[in-house]
Order: sequence, then structure tokens, then C-alpha cells
Amino acid sequence: MNKQKLAAIVAFFLAIYIGVPWAIAASGRTDFYYTLTSVALLSIASAGVWLTFYIGRINIGQGAYALAGGYVSAILMTQYGLSFWTTLPVAGFICAVLAVLIGLPILRLRGVYFAMVTLVLTEVMRLTALALPITQGAKGITSIPLPGELSLFGITLIPDFATLENPKIGFYWMAVTFMVFAYAVLWRIVNSRLGHLCRSLQQNEELASSIGVNTAYLRVIAYSISSFLGGIAGASFIAISQSIYPSSFQVTDSVNFMLNCFLGGLGYVFGPMLGTLMLYFGWDLLFTTGEYQLLIYASLLIALMLALPNGVLSLLDRKKAQP
Amino acid sequence: MTKILEVNHVTKRFGGLTAVNDVSFAVNQGEILSVIGPNGAGKSTLFKLISSFLSTSSGDVRLAGERINNLAPHIVARKGVVRTFQETTIFRSMTVRENIIVSHHLRSRASLWGFFLGSKVAKADEQSFGQSADNIIDFLGLQAIRNELASTLPQGHLRALGMAIGLATDPKVLLLDEPFAGMNHDETMHMVDLVRRLRDERGVTVLLVEHDMPAVMKISDRIVVLNFGEKIAEGTPLEIQNNERVIEAYLGSEDAAIGM
Repeated sequence: MNKQKLAAIVAFFLAIYIGVPWAIAASGRTDFYYTLTSVALLSIASAGVWLTFYIGRINIGQGAYALAGGYVSAILMTQYGLSFWTTLPVAGFICAVLAVLIGLPILRLRGVYFAMVTLVLTEVMRLTALALPITQGAKGITSIPLPGELSLFGITLIPDFATLENPKIGFYWMAVTFMVFAYAVLWRIVNSRLGHLCRSLQQNEELASSIGVNTAYLRVIAYSISSFLGGIAGASFIAISQSIYPSSFQVTDSVNFMLNCFLGGLGYVFGPMLGTLMLYFGWDLLFTTGEYQLLIYASLLIALMLALPNGVLSLLDRKKAQP
Repeated sequence: MTKILEVNHVTKRFGGLTAVNDVSFAVNQGEILSVIGPNGAGKSTLFKLISSFLSTSSGDVRLAGERINNLAPHIVARKGVVRTFQETTIFRSMTVRENIIVSHHLRSRASLWGFFLGSKVAKADEQSFGQSADNIIDFLGLQAIRNELASTLPQGHLRALGMAIGLATDPKVLLLDEPFAGMNHDETMHMVDLVRRLRDERGVTVLLVEHDMPAVMKISDRIVVLNFGEKIAEGTPLEIQNNERVIEAYLGSEDAAIGM
């Protein structure tokens, strides 16, 4: 079993770091770099949403943190001249702090009530970005510099993206590396005692507190990790698009982050990753159907949720169940 | 005998309704004390006050002299007063063993970082929780269902699991909310036996709320009777059976008389 796991991990790394660039070079479809980079970054934000699901909260507000993270990074880069690599952790951290402040009151809510408040959050963040002078309203922030060089003790760890022959590959590698880190953290959380505690919250908060779990504290921790991931994803995105507007992340994005989790499977750590890939490509593939795109897409989603309420990854368990 | 838990002049008002009115009693170390009373007498409210799931309007609850009312429930649990629930409250999507292991939370010495990084302390804890869970499984005779999903268990087993969860926290005082409800005679007698062994072998002080009179009479060292939120009697099972106010309270309501 452990050998099998290791083999799967090695295969995954080979596929994303060598397989994909090779396939793209062979086919000449360099536009896939942008697509896959987006999938990787969106799946990081979805991973955060998945973690809030894991403590029993429906989170439709990740777009708010992606937007906040994006603006923090953009403002620090354009107005304070900081390097992208400095602004990235700062963006994540500020989102995490923001999540603590917002989470403390709203995490007391449950079920559809929590979901409704988070749905509003994205809109609040968009309107805030529209109103504040520092975010420059609807004009947004444009001409954000590409990520510069990152060096430690004089050794160049990451070259300046502007000097790269093809920055797209650089962004792709950056995005999948972040994704690997995010999912490694998620996997570790779920498979340690922390995961047990999160599941205890998800299944019965009263009982969890009566066995001595500080439910309020744990909820806020999980929510701020979730928002940290949202902020990182948002900041990385705007480094690629080199611009950010109040409409960069909207309610639809927040809903999509949630759908990614549903589709992949709420019980599986790698569910949101698979869900993001399927949703993103599914939408693109249906592009040829023109005006029926949304209709077919929505019908397929509904059908999938009816057929596989525990997500696509639950197919694996079904196989195991029937030897 | 030392008093481990004291309830001093506790009152709880919900708006105009006084659910618990100036109730005082004490539980001795190693005692099994039952709180009984007709429906709506305030028993469950009293339980919630003791475990801080509700805050008191006045009066206080003390554990070994230290005030424990109006705190967060998890802090009360940490101090050693742990409740089980009236409904069969468990973690549904975990196995029996997982349920018990996760309930060892209070004994955990590692921080959240420790869990995340898999520190030595966290690993040692995890191992000892596993062993302790197996002990509890043996103690309660749950060996056959240790790997069953909790949501698939019949009622009797659920109740035992609820008790296992309570035990895993290593409580000083265990609050059992209607442990015999919905059980047949054999199951009840088995549960009575378990609660006794809990006290005799594990030294846990037990405070329970219950409707099942024969079981209460059999199991309790002492009984506190509530009616309309007030304490109307306190004493040994024999004293309670012969107490006029108690008989009146029960006969005056639609509940049956105190059966033998």
C-alpha cells in the first residue's frame, strides 16, 4: 500500500513537471500552459474551501479572499516596490488575519446561514475594492511587474521572469509547485489528529466541545488556513494577468470554488484538485456548443451530483467495495 | 466523604419562565447520584447549567471548590466534568474506535503544530490513545463492533459508545443524560451494571438524569427530586420512595407513580 502510494506520488510529480511540458512542446499547444496554470491556482483556492467543508461549513466566499490577496500583492508591488516573492506570503498572511476577524463572528453560524453570509462576503469585497482610493476603483491596478529574481545568499533560486524566454512555463512551474505545497499541507492536516478534530466538528459540534475541543478556536484556525490559500491563489493570479480589477474575482468564482469541491468529492483531499480540472476543462470543451454551453454544462453538473453525490473520487471506493 | 461537585442556589430564568429555581445539592466523591422529576421539572436544564452549555441566572456550581458555571463547555470538560447527551450523540461517520480515540483530546499534550508536524509527543499520545481506546472497548464489551461505522449501530450500542466517549475524556464527574431511555429490561440492567463498574473500577463520580424509576432506585446512592424547577426532596432511594411530596408530585402529574 505504501509503495503504491509512493509510486502514485512519483508518477504525479513526473506528469506535472516533465510530462505536461513535454506534451505541450510536442503538440505546440502553448495555450495549455495558461489553462493548466489557472487550474493549478484555482485548485489552491478550492483546497481552502474544501478545508472549511471539512469542519462542516459551506463556504461560498473564497472569491473575497482571492480578491483581497490579489489587491494586497498588487498594491505592495506597484506602490511600495516590493518583490512579488515578498508580497505573496504577506498577501496570504493578511487574508488569514482578515479571516480571523471575519470568522470570529460569522463562524458561529451554521449550515445555510453561514453559506449566505460568505456569499455576501465576495460582493462586499468587490464593492470595497470599487470604493477605496488605494485600489483605484473600477480602473483597477494595471501594469503590475512580473515576478523578479529570488535569491538566497547570492544564489539565484528563481530567475527574473522578465528574462525568461517563455514566462508561461515559469508561471506553470510556480503554480504547480504552490499547488503541491498546498495539497501536501492539506493532506498532512487531514491525516493527523487535526483532521480527526476537524471531522469531530463536522459531525457534531456539541459533542466535540463536550469532549473538550475548543471548537471556536479550531473553526477560526481552519477558516484562516482556508483564506490563506485563497489569498495565495489570488496573488499568484494577478502576477500572471499583471492587472487586477474589482471584478477579477466575483460571486461566480466563489461558487465555482465550492462546485470544484463538490464535484471532486468532499471526503477526498485531492477531490478539489480533480474537480477544478474537470470543471475548467468541461466548460472549455463545451465552448463549441455555443449558446447551449451553459445549459449543457449545468445539466451535466446536476446529473453528476445526483449520480455521484460523494464526488467523482467516490468511484474509487466503489471499485474497492466490489472486488 | 468529600464533596466533589456542589450546586449552590442555582437559578435559571428564560424570560419570565423560571426553569430552575434556587436548587442546591452536593455530589460526594465516588457517588452515583440521580436527579429525577416529572417532565418539565428542569432536570435537563440543570444538566446544561452544570456543564456550562447554558449560563446560570444566579447561584454557582463548584468542582472541588472551584467555580465552573458560565464558562465555555470545553473548559468545563477540561476541568473534569463531562456530559453525555440525551439523544444518542456520537460522531456518525467515524468507526467506534475512531470515536473513542478522538475523544481522548483532553489528554493530549501536543499543540496543533505538534499534530501537524507529527512531533514525538503527538506520536506518543496517538499511540497511548489507541491503547486506552482498546481498554475502554474491552471494558464496555464493544470488541465485536470496534471497526463498525457509528451510524450503523443499534441504539443499545450507541448508548454504550456515548459512554465510551465520556470515559475517554477521563472525567472526574460524568453526567449521564437519560442513559436508560428507550432500553428494554435486559439492556437497562446491563447498563446499570456498567455504570456501577464505572464507579467501582474507574473511580468516576456519576450524576445522572433519568425517568426509569426501577433503574434509578437500583443504581443510585442518593436521589435529588425536582418538580417545577425546585428541589422537593433529597435522600436515599428508600427515603425518596416514602417521601410524601415526591409521591404527590408524581401522582399529581400524568406520570406513573414511582414503581418498584
